[in-house]
Amino acid sequence: MIPLPPTAPPGVIAVDGLATDVMCFPTRDQYYALVKSFKDDGFEMCVDVCGVDYLEHPERELPEGVVATRFEVVTNLLSLFKRQRVRIRVQAGDDAPEVDSLFTLYPGTEALERETFDMFGVLFTNHPDLTRILMPEEWEGHPLRKDYGIGKVPVQFKESPGPR
Amino acid sequence: MTDSTVRTAERLEMLAVETSEGAQELQRRAETGTDELGREVGAVLRLPGLTLDPQSVDFDRRDDETMIINMGPSHPSTHGVLRLMLELDGEYVLRTKPVIGYLHTGMEKTGEALSYIQGATNVTRMDYLSPVINELGYSMAVEKLLDIEVPERATWIRMMMSELNRISSHLVWMATNGMDLGASSMMIYGLRERELILAFFEKTAGLRMNLNYVRPGGVAADLPDGWRDDVLVICDTIYARTFEYDELLTGQPIFRGRMVGVAPLAAEEALALGVTGPLLRSTGVAWDLRRSMPYLAYDQVEFDVIVGTYGDNFDRYAIRLNEIRESIRIVRQCIEMMPAGDYRSQDPKVTPPPRARIGESMEALIHHFKLFTEGFHVPQGEVYSAVESPRGELGCYLVSDGGPKPYRIHVRAPSFVNLQAISLLMRGGSMSDTITVISTIDPIMGEVDR
Repeated sequence: MIPLPPTAPPGVIAVDGLATDVMCFPTRDQYYALVKSFKDDGFEMCVDVCGVDYLEHPERELPEGVVATRFEVVTNLLSLFKRQRVRIRVQAGDDAPEVDSLFTLYPGTEALERETFDMFGVLFTNHPDLTRILMPEEWEGHPLRKDYGIGKVPVQFKESPGPR
Repeated sequence: MTDSTVRTAERLEMLAVETSEGAQELQRRAETGTDELGREVGAVLRLPGLTLDPQSVDFDRRDDETMIINMGPSHPSTHGVLRLMLELDGEYVLRTKPVIGYLHTGMEKTGEALSYIQGATNVTRMDYLSPVINELGYSMAVEKLLDIEVPERATWIRMMMSELNRISSHLVWMATNGMDLGASSMMIYGLRERELILAFFEKTAGLRMNLNYVRPGGVAADLPDGWRDDVLVICDTIYARTFEYDELLTGQPIFRGRMVGVAPLAAEEALALGVTGPLLRSTGVAWDLRRSMPYLAYDQVEFDVIVGTYGDNFDRYAIRLNEIRESIRIVRQCIEMMPAGDYRSQDPKVTPPPRARIGESMEALIHHFKLFTEGFHVPQGEVYSAVESPRGELGCYLVSDGGPKPYRIHVRAPSFVNLQAISLLMRGGSMSDTITVISTIDPIMGEVDR
């Protein structure tokens, strides 16, 4: 268990995970400030941003004080100097999930956040170019959501080209 | 006016509709926000004085002085289906934006429908040049959740196979990089040497690529009889031939002209963009997960982490060439230190029983049936495990809800993140440099799009 950085916003819950993992559970308002404090504390790299849709597990196990929502955004930070990883799990909301973009802190999160938006429909405030990245531009729905209905909708092709 | 001319005009319009990716494409300057424009020209750091400041980019350049052109998705040098949109001023590149997703097959979604045993067949198809390392990252994540120990022999087999895989992956890189630069003999040599390793893979696992060899709990099969001789021959042959590549390419004036000093990357920029692997090491940051956060038995073997100085194309080439030699060094140590014992965990809840036991033991029959119909249950939890793939940090974030299938499987693909450096590396370069830049970033599109 590593101590939180001195500039971290008060009230952030941090717990030990499996193996050597450390997890922090900020609220949506604390998220950006917490990541910034970790960055100032020597976490040079944001390795990964991804989303999880907990539609089927609204009552899942979380540390005391964390209000579970359907969507969760998981951010992995890495400190090369300390050889330490920290995982930040922010509850992003139920119907209109939205968290702050980390683009101004770590420009490398641009594509990862776009992917999370594309796959889950999580909005990232202040993201410079929040467009789809893997799916076609006019695709409807967000495929990795649990209620997306795999195999239930016909595959969407672009308008059929007609006789060639 | 014939019918066909009318049809052609219609088709041209239709073609634009069919192929447009809308806002994912590179837009005109007037339609692009400041932050996005800064990103497209490669302004990465927000600190003054270090590099290009997004605020000081030449915004006032008029659209009619520049030209936006499209490169790809099917272009011989894009190594798959990478589409780049470039804004050019004459021969020089001003802005670049990669448009990806042409190979997206929803493998993360597929992974949620496959049991943990089947999962390895899925992840192995992501980075198709380093299947063993993909499986390794996934299997290690599952094992962390299961909290099981892998036998020592399995650990060493995994290490040897992933190093052989690293060699074969770098050999393909050497081959395609040579091809991109017009050294087509390198293409033949690289693929010829890779075939030695693939033949050994076939002997061991039954398949040349997409092996499904590393599985949760161990590996699929023990090494074949006579493996020591095979691997020694591979090591000797490829080690000797790396010096031939050296002779062929390193001093070659045309090769040097296109590589030395082209597309440099600074360490601060690399860290800010989150790039890993040879791309990060070329900037002088000695970050290799095998050394910095050792997994398997990498803390028991001797090898050097190769770093560059300038972060240019040539450094990235030199790092990959020398990493082949370092990997051979590791493989030789694996041959010497390979322990005897089981090649997979003997936990009956995870490992299927041997075929011979099924006929004589009721319990074995039940385990076999349960494992291959339902699969094993993995305790609730979530875990992130990372390994060093030939392209950088390959992470696997696994969420389990206690069932026989992963609730969410996310793969942090190194190529996907590394590809973001492309705008920065191409800024100010000439059109022909784009080929070398794509080549030295080494994106594997199967992994980028997953």
